[in-house]
Amino acid sequence: MKNFLPSDFLVHIGPECILCGRCVRECSFGVLEQKEGRIIAHHARCVACQRCVVFCPRSAIAILPHPSTSRHNAYWTPEQRRALLRQAQTGAILLAGAGNDQPYLSIWDHLLLDASQVTNPSIDPLREPMELVTFIGRKPDHLEIVPDENGELRLATELPPQLKLDTPIIFGAMSLGAVNLRVHKILAEAARRAGTYFNCGEGGLHEELYPYGQNTIVQVASGRFGVHQRYLDAAAAIEIKIGQGAKPGIGGHLAGEKVTEEIARTRMIPPGTDAISPAPHHDIYSIEDLAQLIYALKEATNYSKPVGVKIAAVHHVAAIATGAARAGADFLTIDGFRGGTGAAPLVIRNHVGLPLEIALAAVDDRLREEGIRHQVSIIASGGIRSSADVIKAIALGADAVSICTAALIALGCTLCQACYTGRCAWGLTTQDPELIKRLDIDEGVERVQNLLRAWTLEIKEVMGALGINAIESLRGNRERLRSIGLDVHTQEVLGVRPAGM
Amino acid sequence: MELHAHHLHYREVNQWLRRCSQDGIHHVTLHGIRGQRYIGTGLNNSLRIHIHGTAGNDLGAFMNGGEIIVYGNAQDGVGNTMNAGRIIIHGHAGDVVAHSMRGGTIYVRDDVGYRAGIHMKAWGDNPPLVIIGGTARDFLGEYMAGGTLIVLGLHDPSAPLVGSYVGTGMHGGVIYLRGTIAPYQYGKEAGLQPLTPDDWEYLQRTLAPFCEEFGFDLEAVLDHTFCKLVPLSRRPYGRLYEGAVGAVSNHS
Repeated sequence: MKNFLPSDFLVHIGPECILCGRCVRECSFGVLEQKEGRIIAHHARCVACQRCVVFCPRSAIAILPHPSTSRHNAYWTPEQRRALLRQAQTGAILLAGAGNDQPYLSIWDHLLLDASQVTNPSIDPLREPMELVTFIGRKPDHLEIVPDENGELRLATELPPQLKLDTPIIFGAMSLGAVNLRVHKILAEAARRAGTYFNCGEGGLHEELYPYGQNTIVQVASGRFGVHQRYLDAAAAIEIKIGQGAKPGIGGHLAGEKVTEEIARTRMIPPGTDAISPAPHHDIYSIEDLAQLIYALKEATNYSKPVGVKIAAVHHVAAIATGAARAGADFLTIDGFRGGTGAAPLVIRNHVGLPLEIALAAVDDRLREEGIRHQVSIIASGGIRSSADVIKAIALGADAVSICTAALIALGCTLCQACYTGRCAWGLTTQDPELIKRLDIDEGVERVQNLLRAWTLEIKEVMGALGINAIESLRGNRERLRSIGLDVHTQEVLGVRPAGM
Repeated sequence: MELHAHHLHYREVNQWLRRCSQDGIHHVTLHGIRGQRYIGTGLNNSLRIHIHGTAGNDLGAFMNGGEIIVYGNAQDGVGNTMNAGRIIIHGHAGDVVAHSMRGGTIYVRDDVGYRAGIHMKAWGDNPPLVIIGGTARDFLGEYMAGGTLIVLGLHDPSAPLVGSYVGTGMHGGVIYLRGTIAPYQYGKEAGLQPLTPDDWEYLQRTLAPFCEEFGFDLEAVLDHTFCKLVPLSRRPYGRLYEGAVGAVSNHS
């Protein structure tokens, strides 16, 4: 069939080009070719991943939006027409990588933080201690303190298991398969150094990462890939994945081609078969069933570690969250619709789910109204871009946040959204051994560690400005937020007053 | 060691089992089990548990070795995500038997409910085996990715052997049915194949210990029509998505 699709991009090679051929070697999408003394670009294949641009020694390459245009139409946008043509040519569900990229309101950008002036003075974080340590897990209803035989007071209440985070940021779930082993190693090592955790996602935990168990949250998803007793024993915490912000309500298929020997071994399935994560867990059709799996995991690990539940932000997220909390979840990961993915149907990614900000406020409110907020910690996930987002998420009600896309960007991801092709030029979402080599583990650890360090310093800086010296004083403290440019209803849901009030 | 457990919470039962296991005990018997959940969950060694009564949900979930023998019925979720070991049920079992089971063996003497063997997998040299002496309901072996399911229908010849949606989304493993199955009863991702001499030899070898356990006559069991369902592809949804690895590419 003739391809009617116009090119998205135009690869411009400038006169600075010295024909070194580096760009040809760097391009993993087959865009560039060196022929007859010049570089030829097959523009239609370009995904604008920027690999050639960054690695051209003469900065000779520019990727431009394709200048060819058609008659303007505000309704039938080029994206709409392009998607339609792709479907006319394939009859298939369109996929996209990364999170929802549509121009929905980004509420973070309409929230402003307070600062102390004169009264309740600000604190200088350079001189004064700032407490960022965060504990994730169920907190008891009350504490019983009794004197021992020497008259010393001691805690008599047995505390439920907790995760201790030195900074309220963890690395969220990305499965081995969606990303490769080097990415997992980088996140695990960076988490260990920063005193926090990485979530291995639903594709099992590679043998080489078992030594990082005490910094690992393992996932149990509907496919139950790689889930066995040792996996559960190795982890610091277990997360039951019910949903994902980028694709609420649906499962996932890791294509057989991506199920290499290594991934098959970790997922414990034969190489080359599709790894299908069904939409629901086959044993969960109700909150009672969810409770059953939570307690199966607690029994299997003898109540030694927190068991949490990850849900996507959807319309009734607050009711689902309180159900999960009552079902015995020790933490809830709320994943907003900006959350990333290796592959999601475009129609789902772009149209299903809720902004994290809304979901977070709704869940925090509901749990407080029911008097059970202390029973469950909230991890906010899905599109956290900066320390400002982290701070606003905590002020809206999160205990901690998890980041994935941000960590990948730190490692080179340019959000070209072609993860699902398996050709990631930056060596992140590919299993091609040649492409994986592009990701240097030591440098990667340094980059991600730097990111965490910088955000952590910034969080302290803002806390100082707020006159707050412990992050827990900020949790759910929406009084320190004001909205700008939000409608009244959104403000009500967020529980945030407009600026000036 | 014996425990009269009719009055105990599952947590107490499992604590007792863990203690027995730590003390190096190999045989234990639980009396008066009345639906306590999770018995033997995460069982990780050579402990053999005899259960008298009705075993509750998630019997032997994440089980990784050892043996559970139930003299009575079991409820839902027997062998959920089981990895190794053996579960023998002298009675019926409820829904979702062997969900995501990856290794080990489950024998059920009588009938099972819905979704038995759903998303069973296989890994390494210990592929899972589930043998059901009676009948199974809908969604048997749905999304099945490995291992072997056998349904024998030994008890009531008038009862339907299996329900509908058998092997829907199947992309690995094999289902043997003692009897026939109508095309409307199985998913389009599965297909019927005639049994080969190797299959008969396999059935004979595999069913012998099952028949011995429950006192069935192996020859009589085998003297019957069998059919075999296998996946038509290891990648049933390969052409569902545009641009993905292995599918129709937009980048060529």
